[in-house]
Amino acid sequence: MDWMYLLIVLVKAVVVVALVMAVAGYAVVGERKIASWVQERPGPNRTTVPILGSIPVVGWWLRRMGFFQLWADGAKFFFKEEPTPAHVNKLYFLVAPVVAFVPAMAALSAVPFGQYVGSDGVAVPLAITNFDVGMLFVMAVSGISVFGIIMAGWASNSKYPYFSSIRASAQLISYELTIGLALLPVFMWTGGTLDLFSIVREQGGVVGGGVFGLPKWFICIMPVSALLYLVALFAESNRLPFDMAESETDLVGGFHTEYGAFKFGLFFVGEYAHMTLAAILFSVIFLGGWSIPFVSMDAMPVGLLGAVVSVGVVFVKTVILMSFIMLVRWTLPRFRYDQVMDLGWKILLPLAVVNLAVYAVILALVEG
Amino acid sequence: MATKILERKPLTLAERTYLPQIAAGLWVTFRKMFGRRVTLEYPEQKPPIPRGYRGVPTLVKDPNGREKCVSCQLCEFVCPPKAIRITPGEIPADSATAHVEKAPKDFELNMLRCIYCGLCEEACPERAIVLQNVYSLNAATREEVVLHKDKLYELGGTLPDKIMKWDKKKAAADKAAGGHH
Repeated sequence: MDWMYLLIVLVKAVVVVALVMAVAGYAVVGERKIASWVQERPGPNRTTVPILGSIPVVGWWLRRMGFFQLWADGAKFFFKEEPTPAHVNKLYFLVAPVVAFVPAMAALSAVPFGQYVGSDGVAVPLAITNFDVGMLFVMAVSGISVFGIIMAGWASNSKYPYFSSIRASAQLISYELTIGLALLPVFMWTGGTLDLFSIVREQGGVVGGGVFGLPKWFICIMPVSALLYLVALFAESNRLPFDMAESETDLVGGFHTEYGAFKFGLFFVGEYAHMTLAAILFSVIFLGGWSIPFVSMDAMPVGLLGAVVSVGVVFVKTVILMSFIMLVRWTLPRFRYDQVMDLGWKILLPLAVVNLAVYAVILALVEG
Repeated sequence: MATKILERKPLTLAERTYLPQIAAGLWVTFRKMFGRRVTLEYPEQKPPIPRGYRGVPTLVKDPNGREKCVSCQLCEFVCPPKAIRITPGEIPADSATAHVEKAPKDFELNMLRCIYCGLCEEACPERAIVLQNVYSLNAATREEVVLHKDKLYELGGTLPDKIMKWDKKKAAADKAAGGHH
């Protein structure tokens, strides 16, 4: 039985990791496409492969959408020379990209991607593992990824990566607090559970009534929390406008200045994996996960179809959110470092505290 | 001059939260995503060449197929980067164009040196060298971009020139020679 269980978990893990890696990889192409569309360019549209590319309409469309560009870029990272500068601390220099990449993947193990409702009517989470402190685990593990940046910056033994790692750690500390405080009202609302699956189950149906009815998602119930969490997610996944760790304009390349070839690729994919994780988390916690707007959880399709639908809904929400994150990158200029600190400590953190207090009072009045 | 003092309005609360501005900016970039593409996809789409464009200098022929260059070497002397080298040659006496002064035996134009300034075109008294709209000149070796007479005429083509200076000169000379009647 134990071996069987292990095998099932392993299969699930492989499927999830493969899927998320594919999404993270294609996020790179998506980013390039969105960047070019915003700038009124066509974007990558030349790369093609022999057989797939010659399918009449589909092949042409895939080429124009830059579908094969990722394969070319990936292969390039494999075949490049792997330089390690002489002045670095070899061990930490090699470990850093892995430390930056692995937590994003590890955190995914506790995130539910959908639900399977069997014939007995009991909803089972579709996740590698779903445990009752899932959210705590995800926050803790994804926070580790900053150590990859700190290690890279320190081991590079060079000034710009060092600045970058200091900035990244300061940024993480200031925004992690906001994330925690922004999420607390959600947990108070769901009766103190940290289980992501029950948080999603809570969000089916409608809040309000008549024409004013909104989906009972936490973004509608607590918009301030959602906004705070979204801003902090940008900061946590090092996305513009809070691109402190990698600010090309003043830190060359930030923590990965001394990196090249596959090690850089690992950082790069890790960044997008982190962004994917952030998007999945936001859609699970605030956008109702696999709940379809105005459809109650019990009215969702059941069985295998229901499982596919629920995963599909999460996928669509994640893709939309990732597109939004990318659009923001190509819209807003980067904040200055002191502005980021100001925003984090003087605005977001007090706002999160006030928000928490307000919802505490509301909940006390409603339940008391 | 009258000075107008403008009142500097303090930022409104909405402006200070920064959020309406972000929303407006996102709306602009979002619209742009579905707008017209302004870039050309170059090898398939060629850019429009404006009038008076200075491309590769080329040699041209007149409508009768005569090479217009008379190898006066003015372009060679005026050329700032010394890209032109002309080897003058005589026109055989039995040729139909024997009345024209001279023709180049070889016309060497080194495109590695040419700076596309157009002074050769300005200096030419015969309008024989013209900068046309050839903008993409490339080759695998350095020798291939040192253009010679045949290649320059191939690029140049025919200039629709109605003046026919040399024919008129010949006609005038013939008239003067047989004139005293």
